[in-house]
Order: sequence, then C-alpha cells, then structure tokens
Amino acid sequence: MGIDLVFVLEKILLISAVLAVSLVVAMYCTWGERKVAGWIQDRIGPDRAGPLGLLQPLADGGKLFFKEEIIPSNANRFLFVLGPSLAMLTACMTGAVIPWGDVLTIGDMQVSLQVADINVGILYIFGVVSLGVYGIMIGGWASNNKFSLLAAVRGASQIISYELAMGMSLIALLMLTQTLSLKEIVEQQREGYWNIVYQPLGFLLFLICAFAECNRAPFDLPEAENELNGGYHLEYSSMKLGFFLFAEYINMFISSALMATLYFGGYAFPFMDELGLSGNVVTILGIVALFLKTFAFIFFFMWVRWTLPRFRYDQLMKLGWKVLIPLALLNMLLTGGFILWQQS
Amino acid sequence: MEALTNRSQAVDRSPMNFWERLYLPAIFKGLGITFKHLFRKKATVRFPEEKRQFSPVFRGLHILNRDEEGRERCTACGLCAVACPAEAITMEAAERKEGEENLYREEKYAARYEINMLRCIFCGFCEEACPKEAIYMTETFAPANYQRKGFIYGKDDLLIPDPKAKA
Repeated sequence: MGIDLVFVLEKILLISAVLAVSLVVAMYCTWGERKVAGWIQDRIGPDRAGPLGLLQPLADGGKLFFKEEIIPSNANRFLFVLGPSLAMLTACMTGAVIPWGDVLTIGDMQVSLQVADINVGILYIFGVVSLGVYGIMIGGWASNNKFSLLAAVRGASQIISYELAMGMSLIALLMLTQTLSLKEIVEQQREGYWNIVYQPLGFLLFLICAFAECNRAPFDLPEAENELNGGYHLEYSSMKLGFFLFAEYINMFISSALMATLYFGGYAFPFMDELGLSGNVVTILGIVALFLKTFAFIFFFMWVRWTLPRFRYDQLMKLGWKVLIPLALLNMLLTGGFILWQQS
Repeated sequence: MEALTNRSQAVDRSPMNFWERLYLPAIFKGLGITFKHLFRKKATVRFPEEKRQFSPVFRGLHILNRDEEGRERCTACGLCAVACPAEAITMEAAERKEGEENLYREEKYAARYEINMLRCIFCGFCEEACPKEAIYMTETFAPANYQRKGFIYGKDDLLIPDPKAKA
C-alpha cells in the first residue's frame, strides 16, 4: 500500500492549524486573564500595547525570550530543560482527538476537522493529560530546590487524586453514550439533547476536576507563592518559565474545548440541521459554536480564579477523596439505574 | 460589655447546615459579586493622558517666591530648615552688595538654597515657618530622576521665574 500523499498533506495542515490555534488562543488567554482580572477589580487591564492592549502577549513573549536564562548550578541540566518541554508537549498533544468541526467538503474531498478520530479518544486524552504532570514533577525535581520539590509532589498527588474522580465522573457519561470516540459523542448530541441534560452532577464533578487538573485557582497548589516561594517553577526564568505558564493556558483551552465537546454538544448547536444551509456553512458555523462554548468556559476559568481563594492542601485532598469520588460513584449508580429503568 | 461603636457584628458560630456545607450556593453568590464588578465604573486614571485632580490643600514641589518687583523674598533666616522635621533643607546666606537691590529684597539673601526631595516629607512646615512668605508648595510632583543627586533641588530649580523678566 502506497502512502496517500493527499491524506498526509491534509493531516499535516490540520495538525499545524490545531497547533497554531491552540498557541494563539493560549497567547490571548494571558491577555484575557489580565483583562478579566482588571475588570473584576474595577481596573481596565492592559491597554497600552496596541489597540485594547492586543499586542500585549507579543510584548510579554518578547520579554520572556530576551530575559536572562538561569540554570541553577546544582540542577540536573537535562531534566531541567526537559520539564517545561514535556509540559508544553503534552499540552499540545491533547488537541489531536478533539473534533473541532464536522466535515468540510472541498471539491470531491471530505475533510474531517479532527486530526485523529480514534475510538479511544477519551482514554487518549486522559493518558496524555496525566503525563502532563511529569513536566511539573521533573521540573520541580530537577531544580534541586526543596520548595520546588514540595510543590511538584503536591502537584503530582493532586493530579492523581482528581484524575480518579474525573475518570469516574466520565464513566457515567460513557455508560450513556456507549462510546469513547469524541466524534461519536458529539454526533449523538447533535441528534438528541446535550449531555449536560442527562449528566448535571457528572458535569459539575468533571468541571471541578478539570480545574484541579489544569492547576487553576482555587486548585493551584503546585504554584502557591506564599507558602512555597513560587512553586515547581521557582528556579525557572525566561522562556522556560514561559513554557510552564503557557502549557497551563493550553491545558485550560483544551479542557474547555473538551468540556464543550463532552457536555455541551461540541460543534453541534440547536437546529443546525433544520436551517437548510449547505454542509460547509453548517460546518463553519459549528466551528464558531464550538469556539464560543470554549471561550465561555475559558472565561469561567478566569472568573472563578478571581473569585475564590486557594484551598488549603488538606482541604483539597478531603474534597477530592471524600466528596468528589463518592459523588462520582453515586452518579454512576444513578446513571446505571436510569439506563436499566429505560430498558425495562 | 457595651459596644464602643455601632459597627460591631456578632459572630455566628452555629454549625453549618446542609446547604452551607455544600459551599456551592456561597460560591455562586461570590461569582455573582465578581461578575457585577465587570460592569462597574473603572477606577483607573490613564495617567499620562488623564491627570488626577488634586485637592486644594495638596502639597507638592516647593517654589521660592519673589515679591511684586521680582526680588527674591528669601533672607536665608533658616527658619524653614529648623522647622523641617526631615532636615531636608540647607542654605548658605550671603550679604547683598551695592547695586543688587533689584535682585534681593533684604540685605541678607540665600546664596545657596537646597531641598533634598528624597528626604522631604511634604509636610508643609517650611511654608508655615517662613516669616517672609518666600517658600510655598505647589501642586506638582517631584519628577522621577535616574540619580540621587538629581533630587537635590537647588535655587535654579526652586526659584520661580522673574515676572518682570518674562514681561
């Protein structure tokens, strides 16, 4: 079997587009974060660089690249560089299985706007996301600083605790949809109701766990500046620090997209098939719908960050193990009962 | 015990009920509060374009005043330096010579008059101590400087221009 050049080209283009979009969205999340922070605190936020401060991310990026790069003399140099790279890599990888839109018809070619429609999409995301903690752990370990190490250990145990609850909250959803493919989950929601209708508790649990997985406030314990001098990226400077922070924003973007996909219909929007528009137009509107949902979630992430104070570590653990996991189990039980009741 | 003010509030230490222990209602309430702030009037003053109005009693940079004929009022009596709690003011006196009557109001004048703006606390005591109404505080800030010695303001920084020379 020869290599289908068109197929390879299509996928390369799609991968580049997804990467570029994730990076640009993450870039402008930093701007958005500062704007939202400003608004909530009755300030204006960045508005000096360009109109509305829109060039601020470029200025920030430029600054980070030109700052002095410091590697502590007792740090493990290889691992020290590997940490932020891993964080960045895993953050970028998750975008591959999210269906960004339906099928575009170009000529007689059908282009699916999903890099890989694999039948274990959700498992893939879980796998890659849990790898993301290696970036934090290796970064904290390689710094050879006990505060960074402490933060890294916190991050690791936090992610393990919340990954459990997250997975269990999703199992209830998978029991309903009977599939692990994200594309199929979206297609089911396109025909029926959005999954949030069937899984409100599951969504709430997933949302809380997503906050914890992204290390966003109120679950940003790996970067607690007041008790840990900064957290796992304490010894990092210039763009290596930038990569850590950037990875966090990419993670936020991807998990927002994931929540929109799993619970809010993804690229499906109400009455999309009754409008009588041509396939491509509907597809493009679908992309817009997905991005609107995603941005709403990103805004929610920021909104919560500037509302709630950070958890204490024992409170975080207690919430994860004693509240979220039992609730996720209960949700599974209820969903199972619901399915049985429907079948009988 | 009787409350000293009417602002004190009794602390509720009763155990939380179910809804309170859920935390979610409180979280949503908090989210509502922060969301309202998105639409509040912003307190920001965009500084270089917009300048804040100072109150009429604002005490900014000092000036050394002249009299109506354009002569320096300061006689280097040193009362401002004595009154200054931060010891920011130093001066050297000199005697007025023949032919300098149009420059200095009295026989004695300040040959050197310096205020260290890094020490100055802008209390306004110099203004109050001055018997000759020579030193006043204006409504401007001390501008930034790159060197510490740039903050030592001499007579050429402090003395207002001669009204006659301008006319």
